Parts: sequence; structure tokens; C-alpha cells
Amino acid sequence: MKYIEEFQNPQLAQRLLDDIHATVTRPWALMEVCGGQTHSIIRHGIDQLLPEHVELIHGPGCPVCVTPLEVIDKALEIASRPEVVFCSFGDMLRVPGTGRDLFRVKSEGGDVRVVYSPLDALRIAQQNPERQVVFFGIGFETTAPPNAMTVYQARRLGIRNFSLLVSHVRVPPAIEALMLSPDCRVQGFLAAGHVCSVMGTDEYPELAERFAVPIVVTGFEPLDILEGVRRTVRQLERGEHRVENAYPRAVRPEGNPAAKAMLEDVFEVTDRAWRGIGVIPDSGWRLSERYREYDAEHRFTVGGITTEEPAACRSGEVLQGLLKPHECEAFGTLCTPRNPLGATMVSNEGACAAYYLYRRLGGATAPKETSPVA
Amino acid sequence: MPDTTQAPPDLTAWTCPAPLRDQPKVVMGHGGGGVMSAELVQNIFAPAFGGRVLSQLGDSAALSLGGIRLAFSTDSFVVRPLFFPGGSIGDLAVNGTVNDLAMSGARAAFLSCGFILEEGVEMEVVARVSHALGAAARAADVEVVTGDTKVVEAGHGDGVYLNTAGIGLIPDGVDIRPQRVVPGDVVIVSGAIGVHGVAIMSVREGLEFGVEIVSDCAALGGLVATMLDVTPDLHALRDPTRGGLAAALNEIAVAARVGVEIREKAVPVPPEVDGACTMLGLDPLYVANEGKLVAFVPRQHADAVLAAMRAHPLGAGSTVIGECVRSHPGMVVARTGLGGTRVVDLPIGEQLPRIC
Repeated sequence: MKYIEEFQNPQLAQRLLDDIHATVTRPWALMEVCGGQTHSIIRHGIDQLLPEHVELIHGPGCPVCVTPLEVIDKALEIASRPEVVFCSFGDMLRVPGTGRDLFRVKSEGGDVRVVYSPLDALRIAQQNPERQVVFFGIGFETTAPPNAMTVYQARRLGIRNFSLLVSHVRVPPAIEALMLSPDCRVQGFLAAGHVCSVMGTDEYPELAERFAVPIVVTGFEPLDILEGVRRTVRQLERGEHRVENAYPRAVRPEGNPAAKAMLEDVFEVTDRAWRGIGVIPDSGWRLSERYREYDAEHRFTVGGITTEEPAACRSGEVLQGLLKPHECEAFGTLCTPRNPLGATMVSNEGACAAYYLYRRLGGATAPKETSPVA
Repeated sequence: MPDTTQAPPDLTAWTCPAPLRDQPKVVMGHGGGGVMSAELVQNIFAPAFGGRVLSQLGDSAALSLGGIRLAFSTDSFVVRPLFFPGGSIGDLAVNGTVNDLAMSGARAAFLSCGFILEEGVEMEVVARVSHALGAAARAADVEVVTGDTKVVEAGHGDGVYLNTAGIGLIPDGVDIRPQRVVPGDVVIVSGAIGVHGVAIMSVREGLEFGVEIVSDCAALGGLVATMLDVTPDLHALRDPTRGGLAAALNEIAVAARVGVEIREKAVPVPPEVDGACTMLGLDPLYVANEGKLVAFVPRQHADAVLAAMRAHPLGAGSTVIGECVRSHPGMVVARTGLGGTRVVDLPIGEQLPRIC
């Protein structure tokens, strides 16, 4: 695809890799913040091409994983109501709440629909004035503006049967929380490019300075990621810790003013619980007072929820790079891709699943070579 | 609100949610052609029915009846919408079963057809579906010889559901089944992948991609016959429908206990499919096809079979995508464009659009 293919060019990738190999003199642990970057790294096998000493730690940037159990349980409760059409992005359907998920609610008669845009949910509300249409507004600074805009539109058009169940999260407070953790091994960040295309880069210099970590705004195609890695290790080798923008074709320093204005109007910053981590101060958004009537939690009294987290695994340590997946007692025995204990074992991009699959291939890490094909 | 004390969050307690696997009720993923579908068959259907033939778990059953070798298969069709660019539920009902038979090397001879109609559906729709089905059967040179009609109350169906079953003769000397695949076999696909699934999604979800994507729905009996003319010694064939190419390759890898290695850049994905999948957060390897096959061919026959496929109208885009290897038995590994590798795993349930 035009403007995608160019950023997957193998010759240019090799030049960046050569540069990275020539630059690195000692071990470095980098974290890519966004789940989309993790996906691209695994999809293209980028981690296997980097020097052995450069470790990529997959960050907390998967909105599906970090949405708190309490909110999932509220979603399940609301989606079960007969008057409700519950709309969501597809991959939220498989996220378990306490003992069940949206797939099960659907199988029990709940009207749960996958949509590709919150505006689709608003259209469903317009077409079904007798139903209550709820959109599950989750995700980072990337999904927040369209959700904000949908609520704005609902109010402007006087669509009263639409509401948003909000669990938005913000990246910078999560980076701060990671760096405050005493065991944190992360020495540099590949910041999430699309988050920065909305928010700009103003939030990061303070973090880079305070924790003495390079933060390089990074895109999602292979060349983008390699360039992000190259610039981060170059700073580390030189003892620098600046904010750099390695994704200038999408990110301006000031971000997207229209999107930020929409966020400012519709949302307000709030403390937010992250699943498995706990509350991170100021790390989320909720609907502001003006838009409170569009808040699904406000519209539907969702009380009496007792959350119960499934059996814990040690994916927290894996996610921070403190534990290699195969060092976990449950790895490969109690916990396999068919019967995962944690999300890191669920998808191909999860650290544990990748380890599991590659170990089956015959090594503790990903293979560097396979036999040529015809 | 949760407790908001300012103690630093305990990141070592991080756990991520795992999907639920033991659903007490049927969910959509059980029909997705992935791990959940396979578990339904293994845990409930196969033990309940027993039987040596069923345990082959092929696209169609290879039977011996009075000294004659037959392939027998059935398939049900619940596609929405009933009509889509490049075909209809009627075309799918014929081609789906014809192709299941073709994957045993059999040329479909006779079909049955069951209609489950929803009360209130327009008679004109039933006529159009039937007309499409009849035309597809004539094109595939197969005869519909028996049928059935049931009507369910309004709200209990999606307009029209179809079921077809078919039988065909397996030619002498032909023994096509996953277990015959060995290391060294060459893996060939008959053309562009992901087209049908994206065509359906584009109309179902009202997504527009600038160009109309037309389903590849077609009957593959003729293409398979052409391949068998080159050599009866094809090892395995699959039509990669639900679960896409990834599911088909995994099924063969597991059944034959071989590793499958593909070169990602060699897999023919049309730009419009690639673009749609990128936008929707889907992987084309997991998207359904309805007029493509993947062939596992002994190396010595690969060039000739490939040439014959390319000479056939339904195989013009045929290409070698990889081979079977001794290492990593039961696994499919893709060599990426950058020279890395990734494991192409069996999908669990339905492929879900990713948020990010």
C-alpha cells in the first residue's frame, strides 16, 4: 500500500539495523509504549533483528488489557439490560470481567454490537429512538477525541438515548508510574506516535529530564520502529536524555489543536484504575460536568458489583522485563496459549506467547535463521 | 470511586486479563473455524458420533461403498447479506460443497439442498437465491437432486439459510489427505487471498474502500482436475475458507506433523485487501476465501503443477508461498519481509478488529 510499503523497505531497514549494531556497545532495555508498536514488532520479527543487547520491553499500551475489571463488569451489567444496545470495538468483546465476557452476554440475549467508529453507535441511536445505545469508550489519547466528538454531536443533535461508558487512559502518567516503580529496568522509551499526533510532545520533556530517560516519539511501520530504536540507543550511548520526534510525518510538537480542544471541552482529567496495577493519579479522563447526562455510569445505576480478578500470573514482572517468561513456574505447564493465565500468553504479540512459540521452535529466543524456501 | 491514595502503583502485581475459554453457551467464536470450532468438534461431536471416517476430519469424507471411492461433504450457509459483490448465498452453497469435495480430488456429481426460510422473507428473494444456486450448479457441472424446505417464525432466522451436501467420485490412484504431506512438499496457493472476507465485510459493515472488492467465490473442481491431469500424486489440498490461509496451513501442519514455512512477501494479497485489513486491524492470512485453494505438492511435480494451475482461469494467480520442513512440526512460521520470522498460529475464535 502506498506510503506504507515504503516504510517496510528491507534495504533501508538493513541500513538502520547496521547503524544500530554499530552504535550499541552495552546492554540497553527500551520500552515501546503502545500495543500497536508491539504488534508491528512481532508481526515483522523486528526484535530478532536487533543486537542481542537491545531488549524491547512491551509496555502497558494495550487498552484492552488495562481497562479495569470494575468497568468491564459495569459494561457487562449494562449490556445485559433489555433496553440497551451495547456498542464496542471488536477486541473488547473477549476481555473477561468477573466470570464472563461480552461474548457471553451476547449469547445470553444481550444486544452487543461491534462497531468501527463511535459515530456508528450514534447512528444506531438515531435509528432506534426507543432503545438506549451505549458506546464503550476505552483507549488512550488516540481513541478519546472521536469519542469526545461523538458525545459533542449527540448533544448538538439532541440525541438523548446515547451514552458513553468511559474508561479513557493517558500515557504520560503511566510512564511516570513505571519510572517510579523501584524495580523499573526501562532505560529509554519509544513514545506512542499516534498518541503524540493528538497530544503533541509537550508532556514529555519534563519526564525525560526528571527520570533521565530518552523519549523518542516513534511510529508503527518497521522503518519507524527501527529509527526510534536507533535514536534511543544513540542517546543512551552518548549519555543523553532528550525528547526526539522520529515520526515527524504524523506528529507536530503542538499535536492536533482541534482534537485537544474537543478533549478539553468534553472530558476532564481524573484518577483512573489500571487493571492489575491499581490507581494511577490523573491517568484518565471522564466526561466533564457539562456532559454528565451522557455518562452511562450516571444514566444507569450500576451498583452492587463485586469484582473478582481471575487467578494471578506473574505477567507484571514479565511486562517490566524483571522475569523472562520461561522463568515463570506456570510457563508451558499451567499456562499455554490454549489455556493462558495472563494476556501476555494470549496473543502472538504477548511476551509469553512469543516465547512459548519460539521455544517450541527450538530455542529460548526467536530463531535467527530458518531454512530457505523454494 | 476506587481508593485514590498516592502510594506508588505496584507494577509487580500487574496481571492482564485472559479471554474466557470455557463458555457455558455457544458464542460466535464456535463458528469461526479456529481453535474454538475444533474444540467443539473434538469435545462434543466426534465423541458423540464416533467412527473411523469422521476421525479423518478432512474437508470431505473419503468413503468406500461397494468398491467405489466416494467423497461426501456437507456445509451450511448463514451469510449476511444474502447478495454481495461477486456472488450470493446461492453461489456459496454450491461452490462451498463442490470445493470441499474437490479437496479430496473428487469431481462433485450430485448435491442436496435444504432451505430454512424465515417467515416474511420476500418470495422474490427466495427466487433470486434459487436462481443463483441453479446457475452456480450448472456452472460447476453438478446436479441438485434432492432438497428440503422449512420455515421458521419471523425473527428466528436471517431471511434464508441454506445447507448443501454433495457426493462425487474420487478418481483411481488419487489419495489426497493431510496425513500424506511430508517435509519437502511445496506449498502453492491458487491466487489472491482475503478477497471474499473483505468483500463481505465491506458490504456488511457499510465500509467503503474507494474500490469495490468483489468476492472470489468460484467452484474449484475444474482447477483440481487440471492439476490431477499433471499428476495424481497431490498430497493435500485445502480451500482456505473460515480462518483463512492461516487456519488451513495449521490444520495441515498438525495433521501431517510437519513444519510449514512461508515467505510472507510471496503470499499474494491484493493492495485493496491489504489496505482494508490495515484499516480494520485484521490480518489477511486469517480472512476467508471462497474460490482459492492451497496445495501441498511433492517437489518433483511442483513446477508442472504450478504451470498447469496458471494456465487455468481460476488459477492464473497461482504462486509458491513456501514449503514443508522437518523442524517445528505442527507449526506454521512466516519469514517476514525484513528477514525476521513470526509464528502464524491457529486463530482462537473469530478474528476481531484490533483497537490499536
